[in-house]
Amino acid sequence: MNGAHDLGGQMGFGPVVPEPNEPPFHAEWEKRALAVTLACGAMGHWSIDASRHARESLHPLDYLRSSYYEIWIKALEKLLQAEGFISDDELRAGRALSPPRAPDRLLHAADVAAALARGSPSERAATTAPRFAVGDRVRTANEHPTGHTRVPRYARGRSGRIERVHGVHVFPNASAHKLGEQPQWLYTVAFDAQELWGRSAEASLKVSIDAWESTLEPAGQRALP
Amino acid sequence: MHDHDHDDYHDHDHDHHHGSELSPIEARVRALESILVEKGYVDPSALDAIIDTYETKIGPRNGAKVVARAWSDPAYAQRLRDDATAAIAELGFSGRQGEHMVAVFNDARTHHLVVCTLCSCYPWPVLGLPPVWYKSAPYRSRAVIDPRGVLAEFGVRLPEGKAIRVWDSTAEIRYLVIPERPPGTEGMSEAQLAELVSRDSMIGTGLPLAAGQART
Repeated sequence: MNGAHDLGGQMGFGPVVPEPNEPPFHAEWEKRALAVTLACGAMGHWSIDASRHARESLHPLDYLRSSYYEIWIKALEKLLQAEGFISDDELRAGRALSPPRAPDRLLHAADVAAALARGSPSERAATTAPRFAVGDRVRTANEHPTGHTRVPRYARGRSGRIERVHGVHVFPNASAHKLGEQPQWLYTVAFDAQELWGRSAEASLKVSIDAWESTLEPAGQRALP
Repeated sequence: MHDHDHDDYHDHDHDHHHGSELSPIEARVRALESILVEKGYVDPSALDAIIDTYETKIGPRNGAKVVARAWSDPAYAQRLRDDATAAIAELGFSGRQGEHMVAVFNDARTHHLVVCTLCSCYPWPVLGLPPVWYKSAPYRSRAVIDPRGVLAEFGVRLPEGKAIRVWDSTAEIRYLVIPERPPGTEGMSEAQLAELVSRDSMIGTGLPLAAGQART
């Protein structure tokens, strides 16, 4: 979706302000926000893609005015409600008002270290040959799906070069919407900055995205080495 | 004062409430956590274990060890180029938000910079949780269109003629920048070298400290 989250190339946000010796958290509630988000994700009822989609689906004004952990909490409440784990009434009351829905899994303290060290790999076994090879010229689709996509607006309908082939990975457009994993070949596609931003861009600058095969079309001959 | 229901925008200027009064977001997170515990969806001690992991166990010192090893051991650097996930796992770092790692090496011609314009993807096992600026709109919006301007805000001025290469983390591949080894560091141990490796130098918004600048 063309949401407020898709920030690449937008202007007017001001300078980047690094914080010297920044701590991992700035308030107690941020720690709890991180922990409940990870623990609820471990129940196994939604994918990381669904989480990202819940966050980017916030109203653009809400998204831009919220800190990152606020965005996480607002999205987590939406996911928990959509899956029937909690109700709006419970959020208003601040306590349980109905019997729980049994989750598929519960993350116990003893399993936290192993679960975090394992993560959730997105790579799947390849069952087809990759359509593209390193050096191929490709063009990204100029598509504006209303659902989840990981092709940022600034890189749509642009031609670039395949720089890396990463194997076959879960397709977020499907996974975010409970349409299964539909794994596809994943590539790093590098663009000249002038292709993205016009002739005033720095000539030597290159910017890449990681793009799934169905979002790419061939664009001419393979570049000579 | 007006009432805050949970659709209200949070006012960042009023983040720090004193005494027993909770700020709206503090109250909101506390309420959510109580419901989750009451309904048996989360184990409170698991929450504490998650927080402890990212507060005390996982952070940019992990990545600094990877960089120092790469500087010291050419065979390790080659393994890092060939399969960064496996090479990083050799040092004991793996997992969530680092399942599929790629290491990109700065050299005399190219400076690498990592961003996630769509959210805040970041290699947690080697760098810990991302800093606020990395998740912020200014960085996410400008890193891909004006990286040299962004670097200037970090006090980084690259030599003329050094090209910038920006990696937008739009999938589950996580990128770790391996900065150039500073001159005059021959003979330093891996532990000493790791002290030169700042977090920002592994994102691309900084450079390693010079020899003799290590904190201890």
